[in-house]
Amino acid sequence: MPERLQHADKASQALFKKALQENMETAWDRYEAMQPQCGFGSLGLCCRNCSMGPCRIDPFGDGPQAGVCGANADTIAARNLIRMIAGGAAAHSDHGRDIAHTLLMVARDKDSDYQIKDVEKLKAVADIYGIKTEGRDTREIAEEVALAALNEFGKQEGEIVIAQTAPPARVKLWKKLGVMPRAVDREIVEVMHRTHIGVDTDYKNIIKHGVRTCLGDGWGGSMIATELSDVLFGTPNPIKASANLGVIDDEYVNVIVHGHEPTLSDIIAMVSMKESMVKKAQKAGAKGINLGGICCTANEILMRHGIPVAGSFLQQELAIMTGAIELMVIDVQCLMPGLSKVTENFHTKLITTSPKAKMPNVEHIEFHEDEAVKIAEQILELAIDNFKNRDKSRVFIPKETEKIVAGFTTESVFQFLGGKYRSTYRPLNNAVIEGRLRGAAGVVGCSNPNVYYEEGHIKMVKELIKNDVLVVTTGCNAISCAKHGLLQPEAAFRHAGKGLQEVCSAVGIPPVLHLGSCVDNSRILTVLRNVVAEGGLGNDIQDLPVAGAAPEWMSEKAVSIGFYFVASGVYTIIGHPLPVLGSENLNRYLTEEIEEELGGKWAWELDPVKAAHMMIQHIDGKRKALKLRPMLYEQALQPAV
Amino acid sequence: MAKIIEVNIEKCMGCKSCEIACAIAHSSSKDLNLLVKSGERPGYRINVESYSRMAVPINCRHCEEAACVLACPTGALHRDKAGEPVTFDEERCIGCRMCVQACPFGVITVRPDGKGVLKCDLCIERLEEGKLPACVTACPTGALVFIDEEDSVRDKRKKTALRLVEAQKSVEE
Repeated sequence: MPERLQHADKASQALFKKALQENMETAWDRYEAMQPQCGFGSLGLCCRNCSMGPCRIDPFGDGPQAGVCGANADTIAARNLIRMIAGGAAAHSDHGRDIAHTLLMVARDKDSDYQIKDVEKLKAVADIYGIKTEGRDTREIAEEVALAALNEFGKQEGEIVIAQTAPPARVKLWKKLGVMPRAVDREIVEVMHRTHIGVDTDYKNIIKHGVRTCLGDGWGGSMIATELSDVLFGTPNPIKASANLGVIDDEYVNVIVHGHEPTLSDIIAMVSMKESMVKKAQKAGAKGINLGGICCTANEILMRHGIPVAGSFLQQELAIMTGAIELMVIDVQCLMPGLSKVTENFHTKLITTSPKAKMPNVEHIEFHEDEAVKIAEQILELAIDNFKNRDKSRVFIPKETEKIVAGFTTESVFQFLGGKYRSTYRPLNNAVIEGRLRGAAGVVGCSNPNVYYEEGHIKMVKELIKNDVLVVTTGCNAISCAKHGLLQPEAAFRHAGKGLQEVCSAVGIPPVLHLGSCVDNSRILTVLRNVVAEGGLGNDIQDLPVAGAAPEWMSEKAVSIGFYFVASGVYTIIGHPLPVLGSENLNRYLTEEIEEELGGKWAWELDPVKAAHMMIQHIDGKRKALKLRPMLYEQALQPAV
Repeated sequence: MAKIIEVNIEKCMGCKSCEIACAIAHSSSKDLNLLVKSGERPGYRINVESYSRMAVPINCRHCEEAACVLACPTGALHRDKAGEPVTFDEERCIGCRMCVQACPFGVITVRPDGKGVLKCDLCIERLEEGKLPACVTACPTGALVFIDEEDSVRDKRKKTALRLVEAQKSVEE
């Protein structure tokens, strides 16, 4: 068993073996072939921003210490870093923009294929924008809300309105530091301006703008995406489902939906369950259509409809290698170009749907929201038609699946920890104050072949819950936890400390709460806001006994997310460091000094158990500062302070 | 005293500038843009290998008792005079690849196009022009240095001597 997958779920291991036997290339193979990877890039010391370069700084001090323009390691590394933030923020925010556009469309077209499913949430968002809701038609409110949300992207004056919903102390701090985000698109444009040759040179000033930009993501574009997705598709409620490649069923037409935007996946899900579609599938010899998701779009339809999750980012090629996928329909983000190479070996059709994300020689059926159902039917009919082309002799579906509970949100945390009649955060806060829960941690983020698949995710989460830290999760980490049985209430009895076990058994929740997709990391922000507002745990997010982590991060989106947690006052630890180690000053700023300004900071630690301990120590420090009672039950890891 | 290319692996960044520079130096045009356009594939005679997450450049040692010379049936791999680099004569090569097999370091590789092998020639053409080997010139961190071996070892001995003297002093204090 190749080293890189020794901690991974058995389904992935089995398919990887098949890939090896049949000589099919995966991301892991390409990672090996890419070794050694360039150290200048890894250290952040390579600059390609102008054609006086490309330049690189010698980390050993002998060669050039400045690029041709005179930029030193601090400047180069900082510029590269905020470009990564911009890339991530752009992805999230464009997603938010698309959702807002869809809401506008629904508001204006009563025959739209989309609906407004959560009117209460719509009204809550309307309140944020000061839009009147009393006695008004829902679609009227929706139109104004959509326009207000869209305005946050391009306005030239003022500040992002939804960002003002952060705890008052936090908003005050951001204003004092001059990092309130003004408009989503503007901050991203300014990143590109500042990092152009001969503009911003001061690394702290550069990072300051990076902070503004990531806040425009977390408390801006991503938050708009989450809130308006809830309005359109329904705010999730706890729901049972299954995860892992075993959800693929050879008696059905299997369709994988992969990418990020629920505007596509939710419609595909709805259409796949229509009687007319099911009948068509049956006519083709299948029992029906079996939909499975990969990546964040999987999380969106999982949270709202309980549709099974086939896998996470690194399993996208493996899913096709089961030989049982009739069609994989993709939209944007985290789609490996290598997919088209894998599908060549099978009958599987790969369909791109977004004009922003095409692949050479891959069929493109452009998805337009105003013809959503029609196009979804067209795509699913292609899949049904492809069923007869499946080569049964090549089908290999690993049997592994796990039962999971997902669908937790800022709102449902109320219900579950407060009970039906006392929907408040009080019980959660009390549990922390009393010492039943040590604190909470958000463990999120991608998967990356540069570490052993799922070792970081699973070991860290298990270590945290063992020490009575309630874990919330999103994205690919959530999918990994799902596959390893951590999203089941029973997992509390297998892995959690006594205090967390008590909370879980009293309420019937798993020790690890799945909050959704990566834009739903904004749910973690609103949870933190509500915990602060409930009181007893300080005045601002930085006072809370919480920490964040992304042990196997891969994308620029992860950089933006990590940064907006740091900027919100949360200690955030990742596995491989950000590409800044080539600049001692920048590294020190991000891992030490920035805490004095923002109340949060970065840390890097590859060993997931050690990283969990660092988070726990940080949490203990916050408990001590809040003068909370000592932990109720004996701890696996003794309180550090 | 003959100079050799010394490798300081702790300074290697895995950028592979040495590989590209080697290819350019051994191309017809000696220019990167023209080379890429022409479709010519001169290949690399130095290889940066990976070990865990570290990069290790491995180059031809121009061994005194070169296994490749001994293995070559036609004398395509040969050394003209003692102290000179082992060079490769494409005309004489029959493509048997015994040299590839014999080299214990794996630094002789098969040409991607055409017949024969890729073998470091210590950039003798460049040396004659008073230049350094292409890989040494290209290395941005000084992981590759062209150095007189005696000078190199004397440097190390001097550094050692300094450490011993410092250690002695601290013991006396």
